[in-house]
Amino acid sequence: VKSDSRTKAIPVVILTSSKEEKDLVNGYHLGANSYIQKPVDFDQFREIVKQLGLYWLVVNEPPPNGAFSGPGPSGGKR
Amino acid sequence: MKEEQEILLVEDNSGDVELTLHALRGSDFGRRVHVVGDGEAALDFLFCRGPYSSRSFERPPKLVLLDLKLPKVDGLEVLRQIRTDPRTKTIPVVAFTSSQAEGDVIEGYRLGINSYIYKPTDFDEFREMVKQAAQYWLQINQPPPLAAFRGQ
Repeated sequence: VKSDSRTKAIPVVILTSSKEEKDLVNGYHLGANSYIQKPVDFDQFREIVKQLGLYWLVVNEPPPNGAFSGPGPSGGKR
Repeated sequence: MKEEQEILLVEDNSGDVELTLHALRGSDFGRRVHVVGDGEAALDFLFCRGPYSSRSFERPPKLVLLDLKLPKVDGLEVLRQIRTDPRTKTIPVVAFTSSQAEGDVIEGYRLGINSYIYKPTDFDEFREMVKQAAQYWLQINQPPPLAAFRGQ
């Protein structure tokens, strides 16, 4: 996603139960916008997902359409 | 009790600095904000040089709140430099700007901004935005571990 100019700007949040440091490191190095560890507790999980939705759909300004143009690896247009 | 500076606020407008600090006051994050007023000072802070030469790359802020229209070095250039150095590349950077120029949003995302927030003109909305951003990036997001700043 992050290496094709047509998809690069899409916000990607890693939502995972992995607590492995290498996943965190690789996630950020590959350009993940955010990294969230899934809580095991149901209520906490629900709360985190709610906040995640609120932040990315209300607070964050999404990339405009113009952010997805440009040649992909094959030079194709969207 | 450690008083880490976990938020770097890069903002040249003193009114917006006041509003942002006011929004964070009373929360856990209030005392952990460092403010710089231009892009050059932001880079000095993040790259531990000049007046910040005693800082360590091992203690990056958990969040950079970056205005884009800045004196000396423009916000997008600050972002570009952060993203091209492995020691700073993975620091979460959120654009916090009144610029609604589509070009800035596009360039911000292309350069790898983590998130982009428009400053609301309404005071209450401004305060709410700042609180939510701080809460998200300091409490919900898992920040990059030290290993992320050592290159790969």
